[in-house]
Amino acid sequence: MKRAGQKAAISVESLFRKFGNFTAVDGISFEVSSGEIFAFLGPNGAGKTTTIKMLTTLLHPTRGKMMVNGFDPVHEKDAARHSFGIVFQDPSLDDELTAQENMEFHGVLYGIPNVLRRERISYLLDLVELSERKNSLVRTFSGGMKRRLEIARGLLHHPKILFLDEPTLGLDPQTRNKIWEYVKSLNKKEGMTIFFTTHYMDEAEKVADRIAIIDNGKIVAQGTAGELKKTTKSKSLEESFLKLTGHHIREENSSPKDRMRLDRRLWRR
Amino acid sequence: MGILYVMWLRQLKRYWRSKPRMVGMLGLPLLFLVALGFGFGPIYQKAGGGDYIQFLAPGVTAMTILFAAMFSGIEVIWDRQFGFLKETLVAPVSRLQIMLGRTLGGATVAVIQGIIVLAISMLVGFRISDLILLPLALFFMFLIALLFTALGTAIASMLEDMQAFPLIMNFIIMPLFFLSGALFPLVGLPDAIMVIALFNPLSYGVDALHAMLGGISTFGIWIDFIVLGALTLAVFAAGSYLFEKIEI
Ligand SMILES: Nc1ncnc2c1ncn2[C@@H]1O[C@H](COP(=O)(O)OP(=O)(O)OP(=O)(O)O)[C@@H](O)[C@H]1O
Ligand SMILES: [Mg+2]
Repeated sequence: MKRAGQKAAISVESLFRKFGNFTAVDGISFEVSSGEIFAFLGPNGAGKTTTIKMLTTLLHPTRGKMMVNGFDPVHEKDAARHSFGIVFQDPSLDDELTAQENMEFHGVLYGIPNVLRRERISYLLDLVELSERKNSLVRTFSGGMKRRLEIARGLLHHPKILFLDEPTLGLDPQTRNKIWEYVKSLNKKEGMTIFFTTHYMDEAEKVADRIAIIDNGKIVAQGTAGELKKTTKSKSLEESFLKLTGHHIREENSSPKDRMRLDRRLWRR
Repeated sequence: MGILYVMWLRQLKRYWRSKPRMVGMLGLPLLFLVALGFGFGPIYQKAGGGDYIQFLAPGVTAMTILFAAMFSGIEVIWDRQFGFLKETLVAPVSRLQIMLGRTLGGATVAVIQGIIVLAISMLVGFRISDLILLPLALFFMFLIALLFTALGTAIASMLEDMQAFPLIMNFIIMPLFFLSGALFPLVGLPDAIMVIALFNPLSYGVDALHAMLGGISTFGIWIDFIVLGALTLAVFAAGSYLFEKIEI
């Protein structure tokens, strides 16, 4: 999907990743333009996180080509790492440090100058309403508070590309709204490219410029929310998501191999 | 604030905040000091070795540093399990810097533990032979700490979880300690034991501490310095490489 005059922030071509015999990412290709907000949707175990890990240098692809901000995450790791920020799906905070210390650590690691760092930390801790608890050890936080801190930390440096892997998982609607407002403003003001996953379809519909839907490691559809609804003749994005990925598809017409995959997925959870 | 500094500071804060671990890690060295020091003391004296505490204290100090350093290094596994390792791995920081930052912090912690044990050994009768050499003794303590923190880190970066920990404890840490000349002098030993001791990096650390604290050396401190220094560099290089290979 090349667009005239727009440079691709992320491009992926026939990307594969196997774990043993199991193919988690099965030859996907897509492109995200610079300055775009791109949603990557799919059922549990579809391969979203695995794709993000490959794009962010944490995992080697089995096969295929990737570019992140013009750099290859396999062979130009350092340059690629300078290009993105990420909020992980799984916890990645240091429990034995305070909220403030986790933020400071990140700020220094990403080379944010002192004054700016302090300003942003206090602004972001305010945004996620953790200012009052900033000197408590993260170990003492609730799940939602930890999640909010992860997001605040991910927004601390302003990269070219921001990966958000289910950022709003387990957050209340107020916080979700505030965070998306802030992310949209970063996208507008700084032209930051946003690549996110979510299981809240309304969120994807409201925020994303374009959407790709992945299922069993393959991309089954991409386009704007409008286009997806049109091609699937659906009223909502949720309906078209279900049509594309199937209500019961795995039980109904799955081969024994698929069933094994499903079992395996269930065991992992 | 530099990258190395925050990584160093993080290790120190974690150390300071986990007092039980801090105290727990002193248990074994102190047990060795007291049980062996007083238990073998009379025999050692009869055999003409002199005051055993005088011999044992530098060895037990080296042991404290070895344990604390390896444990700090192995903390990488916890970071992996709790998820924090991802945060450092995606950062735009060279792997050598990550390795250095972690290692400097862990080594500092190990040296502090070593100083505590050295101080306690002085309470039970150890005398430093020449106080002027104390800064050099501290230098060698730090070098030992660096080497083994780096080694622990390098090993841990190849492991997924703590299951291999008993293996590391029983087949690396314990043999390093027991076959290093920390408990007995490296003279008049059977050839096999002597060869193993000569291939054991800790032997050179223990020898350096014997030289600096007790005034006796088997290898000479230049040999000690060169062996420890060269190995530290090699382990750093290996560790940075292994860090680059980590997949999560
Ligand atoms: N390290 C691993 N070893 C083996 N299998 C793995 C590993 N990581 C992921 N998988 C498998 O790859 C598949 C895709 O996982 P992935 O985490 O990418 O899914 P996802 O789309 O992010 O799902 P979710 O919405 O639940 O987060 C799953 O079946 C999972 O079990
Ligand atoms: Mg996921």
